[in-house]
Amino acid sequence: MAYSDKVIDHYQHPKNVGTLDKSSKNVGTGLVGAPECGDVMRLQIEVDGTTGMITDAKFKTFGCGSAIASSSLATEWLKGKSVDDALKIDNMDIVEELNLPPVKIHCSVLAEDAIKAAINDYRVKNGMEAIKFEESVIH
Amino acid sequence: MLKLPIYLDNNATTPMDPRVLETMTPYFLEHFGNAASRNHPFGWEAEEAIDYAREQVAKLIGADPKEIIFTSGATEADNLAIKGVYEMYASKGNHIITATTEHKAVLDTCKHIEKIGGEVTYLTVKPDGLIDLEALEAAIKPTTILIAIMYANNEIGTVMPIKEISAIARKHGVLVFTDGTQAVGKIPVDVNKDGIDLMAFTAHKMYGPKGVGALYVRRKNPRVKVTAQMDGGGHERGMRSGTLNVPGIVGFGKACELCQLEMEADTKRISILRDKLETELLKLEEAYVNGSREHRLPHVANISFKHVEGEGLLMGFNKNIALSSGSACTSASLEPSYVLKALGLGDDLAHSSLRFGLGRFTTEEQIDYTIKAISETVLKLREMSPLWEMYKEGIDLSTIEWAAH
Repeated sequence: MAYSDKVIDHYQHPKNVGTLDKSSKNVGTGLVGAPECGDVMRLQIEVDGTTGMITDAKFKTFGCGSAIASSSLATEWLKGKSVDDALKIDNMDIVEELNLPPVKIHCSVLAEDAIKAAINDYRVKNGMEAIKFEESVIH
Repeated sequence: MLKLPIYLDNNATTPMDPRVLETMTPYFLEHFGNAASRNHPFGWEAEEAIDYAREQVAKLIGADPKEIIFTSGATEADNLAIKGVYEMYASKGNHIITATTEHKAVLDTCKHIEKIGGEVTYLTVKPDGLIDLEALEAAIKPTTILIAIMYANNEIGTVMPIKEISAIARKHGVLVFTDGTQAVGKIPVDVNKDGIDLMAFTAHKMYGPKGVGALYVRRKNPRVKVTAQMDGGGHERGMRSGTLNVPGIVGFGKACELCQLEMEADTKRISILRDKLETELLKLEEAYVNGSREHRLPHVANISFKHVEGEGLLMGFNKNIALSSGSACTSASLEPSYVLKALGLGDDLAHSSLRFGLGRFTTEEQIDYTIKAISETVLKLREMSPLWEMYKEGIDLSTIEWAAH
């Protein structure tokens, strides 16, 4: 199976690989997937508490090239967005941007789930209620 | 100068040896006859070529030429052996014993047998991939007609104790069928010394052409028969109808002859390269060999690199190195290799595996390149892996409640 140029580029030059201090109040961490499924994504956001803007985002991913590219792209999109806008990121936007084939759509779903999990982690840490999301349609 | 890409997927198929192609060419052109045409020179030439190839093939496995049934490949031979024995020996019983690590051509044929009323026992294997002989003997019943255990495994290269298996089978009057696809031409296989009654093998795994294989069917002690699975002109002693693939069979014969002549030298050279590859890659932390290292084909290595996913790993170099992964991330099921799982490997390790299949044309320069490329990619991906980070922090990954996806 041939990967799209964008997937290859993210794989070869991943953006924002790394770790933020998960104990910091400003950092939200989302860890999704499972080693048994061959995909684990950890996505972290750093939020400016006064403006609600995402000032930094980092990821680490265990998975195929599409999973790595999906999380790399997600961190790029998250930086500079407000938390509210980040919630609007849809997995299909990632599919479109990276030209993911149908068998790789789950990678984008995982990235969307990781964003939501990171935001909820940040919300709970800061005394807000976790948002209840509908189950992702494609799993 | 190193030419890229490098081919290290010789368990999937091997390149043709140019010497094989050379012997085939005339049988596409001037000697195009049908080997079954008995009354003119075109037919005679073809038949003569088939006879000669049959001898070459038989010689490689210590068989009589009359015991070789040409087929379209190993899958057809697997089907013919299992279904053919099941039908032919129906009055004796309906039970077949096989193992969970067999090739799909055997497993799916056995599933078919179950559908039409047969009974199949699927033996599990030990963590090193070998069959438990006691469990095998215990599985034999009065209705058992066939034991179908592969000679060597396609994913991990584990070589089964065929001699011991056939000794047990003999004791109980059960036939032994082995899928010899990965072993024949690579290691010494002798149907008499090994006590094999039926064996499938194919040309394209031993530097011959695709589309041609054989089923060995024992003629003496005991005389084995299989029911044909295709109706037609009654070729191949009535066991496999269909006009013979003359150029393919000629190539198969030549490939067998070359394997026999060069096996010792090839094995020596290739196993040194395999061992170098393995030794160097095992210098990486948390790298493990899958399957028995002692009872193994000399050209195969299956290695798991923990906390790195196989398909992601392949992507780091698959433009330049052709390899297979035990991870099935491309399939909708996301199920990793059933063979690795049968060894008791966790899904995480099964997802992290690479299969190396070296061959006659593998060079040391290629192996050196491969060692470097894989080591670099593993290190790079581990820097990116949350599992590796957790492992390095001393977190026991099995204690984490994963949000199953």
